[in-house]
Formats: sequence, structure tokens, C-alpha cells
Amino acid sequence: MCGIVGLFLKDAALEPDLGRLTAAMLNELSDRGPDSAGFAVYAPDAAETSKISAVAASGAPAWQVIAEDLAAALHAPVAVEVIEDHAIFKTCADGAAARAWLIDHVPGVSVLAQGRSIEIFKGVGAPAHVAARLKLAERRGTHAIGHTRMATESAVTIAGSHPFSTGADTCLVHNGSLSNHNQLRRLLQRAGERFLTDNDSEVAAGYITWRTRVGDSLTLALERALLELDGFFTFVVGTRTGFAVLRDPIACKPAVLAETDAWVAFGTEYRALALLPGVERAAIWEPEPATVYSWSRVSRHAA
Amino acid sequence: MQHEASAAQSPPSNSILDLAHLSVREVNELLHHAEGGDFLLTNPRGLHAIAAGLDGNFAITIAGHVGYYCAGMNKRAAVTIEGNAGTGVAENMMSGRVHVKGDASQSAGATGCGGLLVIDGNASARCGISLRGLDIVVKGSVGHVSAFMAQAGNLVVLGDAGDALGDSIYEARLFVRGRPRSLGSDCIEKELADQHKAALRQLLDAAGLGGSVDVAEFKRYGSARQLYNFRIENLGSY
Repeated sequence: MCGIVGLFLKDAALEPDLGRLTAAMLNELSDRGPDSAGFAVYAPDAAETSKISAVAASGAPAWQVIAEDLAAALHAPVAVEVIEDHAIFKTCADGAAARAWLIDHVPGVSVLAQGRSIEIFKGVGAPAHVAARLKLAERRGTHAIGHTRMATESAVTIAGSHPFSTGADTCLVHNGSLSNHNQLRRLLQRAGERFLTDNDSEVAAGYITWRTRVGDSLTLALERALLELDGFFTFVVGTRTGFAVLRDPIACKPAVLAETDAWVAFGTEYRALALLPGVERAAIWEPEPATVYSWSRVSRHAA
Repeated sequence: MQHEASAAQSPPSNSILDLAHLSVREVNELLHHAEGGDFLLTNPRGLHAIAAGLDGNFAITIAGHVGYYCAGMNKRAAVTIEGNAGTGVAENMMSGRVHVKGDASQSAGATGCGGLLVIDGNASARCGISLRGLDIVVKGSVGHVSAFMAQAGNLVVLGDAGDALGDSIYEARLFVRGRPRSLGSDCIEKELADQHKAALRQLLDAAGLGGSVDVAEFKRYGSARQLYNFRIENLGSY
């Protein structure tokens, strides 16, 4: 099972409603994944600011103290926004270095994402409760991807919750399971990728990060993924300016896409899309197997 | 004259049943308790199992897109979906008629035993999987592994078919006007003889296509009978 929702806005007038619409979509797919939920929100900040999302893995971290220590390590100011058990650090220093420092120096904290735009939140429990507790409805931004999880390959923990993000502003959610993830993880580790969990889906995220890091477009990276990832999957991938969908060649896991002049939306089932404004005029289709669908802030094309 | 029905009363014929106010279970219970009649179901919003398990002389119109298993197990009723249908529309239907005016998702008409399923748009993967006597007419194209292990009945496709059409097929008949991307194991092209053209003409007429489609444009596919223990003396039981 598992449920995925994605909303990529074309009409900037909807940006204040991004979180509210995503929360409502996520709630519709609660029964596909009642174990845990997570979401990535792309909210562009000041041009030079990097954001690092983190969540308490144990106890109550002293976020302000961590921010001060991080500032000292980076030799740059660090601001922190605390939302329940999550924190978003903001700095004009190098985001990748800040992420690495947090992973290496702060026990009891899981680092979820890093980038100019991306913020990731995750929680164990019913998706509606997770979204309400973490105030998803109040977040604004350009695009968002959410996931409701029915665990199969690893434990019901925040670490096992989607979205997975290993590279700047890139995240991936996955419905399905991969069978060659251990082999791929070793290959990717040799190529310099760093994994924080044993989850198969994190390997898929790392694969996309690696391919885009070495110069592939998002579309090309996903086309290569079709050749190298073995298993069942519907992926929805976000980048700072892009949004993409890919299903495995036998289309094991359900998927529906819809598009209007104002937005592109993905749902594991149509009912997640039924509440979107203007859906009655949307083009609605089931994405073809083994076909990359991608949109960017500039243009859209099916490869 | 149309009435708004509530869960408490038995619905009069020509009722509007609004799924924004009634649960799917309430609507289905109302229909299961009715003898028949015309009903308009509004606000389906992709909900699952709408109008499943009907048995009666109903004319049901569903105003919008439906979720999984709509009109499943249908007997005698005519169900029209004015939108797209999710996985397993009309699965295991026994008789009657189900008409999808938009596209259907995977496994449309799965294991269907009888009646007619008409899909105006495309059907995705596994259309007519394990077909057992239902007739399916798809005006668009069907996805991969359609008519997998289909035993009896007809699948008519005006467009193309995806990979592995008719894989491991038994005695169902497949008519495709476009091109199958590939044929599945033990599925072969067969002669389109006059009796097949006549049967196809009947199916197209039943789907409301009248004389607008030329049966000679179709190719017929069926079982090579190499994969299962086919015995000619059992042909009458299919």
C-alpha cells in the first residue's frame, strides 16, 4: 500500500494554500498508510540562505544551543525555527557542510534535508495527526510531496518515513519495494553518497542525487533508474524547481496525474485529487509504465 | 420529479443519492434494498465500491470519477459512470451493463462472468484479466497484460493493446483494431472468419457503435492451446 500525494503549483496565487491543500490530500490517503507520514515543502527563502531540516530522534534537543554550536563551526550566523520536535536551521554558510556537521556532531537528532528551498517533516502515527501537529496547513511554498506509509521493508520509525533526501533540494517518495538496494547502496557509497538509514527508498533517493550530481538532468537520472533499480516502484521526485513521476515497467503501484493551468498534482488514487480547486476542468490520466513525467518551473515535458 | 433520499427511508425511484451526505455503505444498502429504478449518484469523488453488488433492474448514473471496484459483482443493473473509473471497475460482474464514459484504471472487468462493459476512453493494464464470460468493448486502447488467463468472453479494443496481450489465454476471444505491442505466451493471431465478424458486429452494436466501425479492420487473437490441456471435446463448456 502506501499513499503518495504531490502538488506542483504553476499559479503563484496558490502558494499561500500549498500546505493546506497538501494536508487535505494527505488526509484522503490516510488509510493507505496509517503507520507514519512525512512531507517535503519547497519554500524558496532569501537567495543565499541554506535550510537544514532536522527532527529529534530521542529526548528534547536544545535547538538554540545546537544552532550556536553550528554557527561557531561554520563561522557564520545560524537562525533556527522550531516546530514541535522539528527544527529548520537557516544559514548563509554552505548547506552541505552544515548538514554534515549536524550528522557528525549532534547525537539524538536526525537530519532530514538540506537546500535552498526544501523543508522536510516526518512523524510516526496517523497522517492527519502528523500533519496537524507539524502545522503543514500553515506552510506556504511552490511545491510539496507527501507520503503515508504502510511499512514493509523496515521499521515504523521516523528514520523509515518518507520523503528521503540525500542531496541538496532533492527528495524522493516511494510506493513499492526495491530488491537490489543493498548492492546499489554499496555502489553509491563508493561514489561518495552518504546514507542515514537501512531503507530501500533512501537508496533510490541517493541514486537520483548521485546521477544529478554527476550531470544528468532529472529526466535522464530517472531513465537510468529504470535500468538500475530492480523492484516495484512509483516514485515522485522533487527538486528545487522540478517535479517528476516514474512508475516501474509493469506499473505495480497505482498512480494518477492531473494537470490544470494552475497546478500539476499526483495522487496514488484519484480521491486525493478530488478536493483540488478546478479539478473538474483538469486533464486526468494514469501515468504510463516506465515513462518519465517531469515538470519544471519553466516547462513541462513527458520524456 | 426527483427527490433527495436519506439513509432512513427506502429510496423512491428517480432519486438523487448524494455521496457528499451519504456514505458509500448507506448508498449501497439503499440500492440493495430497492427492487430497481433510476438513480443519480452525485459527488462520487473517487470513493471505492460505489454501486457494488447490485442485483435488479436499475439504471444508475454516477456523476463524476469513481475509485476502486465500482459496480463490482453487478447483476442486471445498467450503471453509467460519467467520468473515470479506478482499479477493478465492474470486477466479477455477472450480467447487466456497465458504461465508463472516461478512462478506466487497471483490471477493468477482472474475472467478469457475463454482461457488457463499455469503456469510452482507454483502459490501463490487465483489462479483462481472468475474463470468464463478460464482454468488454474498449473504444480507446488497453494496457499491458490485458486478457491475462482469460477463459471465456470477448475483449474488443478499437485502439492498441500493450505488451503481452492474452498471456496464458484459454478460450476468450480478443479483437483488436490497432496493434498489440506484443502477444503474451500462447496467444496467437487467428483467422477472422465470417462468424467472428458477425459476433464482433453484434458486440459493436451492443456498445452503441452501430455501423461506424468496420469489423474487417480488426484482427482476432486467441489461444494456441499449447500451454494448457485443451481437449476439443470440452469446447462446449467455454
